[in-house]
Amino acid sequence: MSWQKIRLMLAACAVGVFALATQPALAQAESPQALIERIGNEALERIKADPAVRAGDTEKLSALVDELVMPHVNFERMTALAAGRWWRQATPEQRKQLMEEFRAMLLRTYAGALNAVDDQTIRMKPLRAAADATDVIVRSEIVQRGSEPIQLDYRMQKIGDSWKIYDVNVLGMWLIETYRTQFAQEASRSGVDGLIRSLAEMNRQGGTGTGS
Amino acid sequence: MSAASMASTQPAAPGPAVPARALDGLRRVLLAAAAAACLALTGCASLAPVEGQEGGRTAQVDPFESFNRAMHGFNDGLDRAVLKPVATGYQNVVPAPARQMVGSFFGNLADVWTAVNQLLQGKPVDAFYDLFRVAINTTFGFGGIIDVASDLGIEKHSEDFGQTLAVWGVPSGPYLVLPFFGPSTVRDAPGRAVDVVGDPLNQLDSHGQRNNLWALRVVDDRARLFRAERLMRGAALDEYSFIRDAWLQRRRSLIHDGNPPVDYDDEVPDYGEEPDYDDEE
Repeated sequence: MSWQKIRLMLAACAVGVFALATQPALAQAESPQALIERIGNEALERIKADPAVRAGDTEKLSALVDELVMPHVNFERMTALAAGRWWRQATPEQRKQLMEEFRAMLLRTYAGALNAVDDQTIRMKPLRAAADATDVIVRSEIVQRGSEPIQLDYRMQKIGDSWKIYDVNVLGMWLIETYRTQFAQEASRSGVDGLIRSLAEMNRQGGTGTGS
Repeated sequence: MSAASMASTQPAAPGPAVPARALDGLRRVLLAAAAAACLALTGCASLAPVEGQEGGRTAQVDPFESFNRAMHGFNDGLDRAVLKPVATGYQNVVPAPARQMVGSFFGNLADVWTAVNQLLQGKPVDAFYDLFRVAINTTFGFGGIIDVASDLGIEKHSEDFGQTLAVWGVPSGPYLVLPFFGPSTVRDAPGRAVDVVGDPLNQLDSHGQRNNLWALRVVDDRARLFRAERLMRGAALDEYSFIRDAWLQRRRSLIHDGNPPVDYDDEVPDYGEEPDYDDEE
């Protein structure tokens, strides 16, 4: 080989090694703590920057949630746990509808809370879990001036290399626990179809309609 | 630093002019009703709610469900007829900064009682910080109408005598909806009665002034709940059980200051037999 070619090869190797050394450690999965901090802050920044979302524009919020949050949520498990034994009895079509209506209801309900966002920040609390745990609770708080911080916790499970949220706790109230009774009561009365119908009706009307 | 001196530095309380004797009488009746209800049920305080499977749990947590539903209906009616219209009017007429000051003022008074309960619960450091809040807000916050302490980063806590009883080891007992006061438990109901007695507003000599402030606080608190109410009405299939379950969880969290003893901290929560779902991405 000519001296020219060897030099080119050495240069190529050097570039290759340099590139590898500066590449982020992709093989290491993001910790659940870091994940929540990242998407939490990102979502908060996007909401603060978008007055339409804060005013209650559900379509924009829905798009935002789909983009930022849903990829990290195991929503099927969330719905399944909330529906309890009724999930087992439901057909795949019913399950799909239940998930859709549940998601729509959550979006509709909590979109209304977003107009209170102005200068809040998220503070993470230390993670108490074994290093090899596959099911953890990530704790955080929404800090706002003039009132107590709002507790915000997440139950997350490890699926493969990534972590997914499957339950959320706001102010001490776990989502699944709160909706389990609601779903069970309605499903006992009128079956899974009745439950889907009630949720769809509420979503259409924007609530129970009994409030002012 | 008595409430009387705090109150005398305030502008005249912009509350509804309510006949002093009528409000006094109403407060006495409500207090007596709460006390009677819980005295009669004190024996049930030993009934600790059992976290079991779906069906059994409700029956064990809420054995008084029919009474509670009726009381919930009564409270709801009272709310729609009287409290909500007044609170709506208050919100529409009084500008936000003024309402903020009202909230801060009553929040300051609440901090006094919170500090007392922190001491009773054996948390002297928290008690110190809450008293520090009161001192700062009363002096630099013009008698409490500005929450200077929060701006300085001293967090607000929320403690009441029901929580103190819980820390002392009294089991919560079944869920109980009180007339006017709303969700409670057999243990928290007498706790609420003690809260009323320990209310700094009681230090005021003038009955008229005290009742006006009491009414103002009720109206301001109700106005603050509008957002939570909208959320609840949008989310609940059955409002009674939604409020009950949310309130009980919230209560448990408050008692343990945000760290309730999860019986399955690092393990998968016991939701009963886990329903099958497709795990694969």
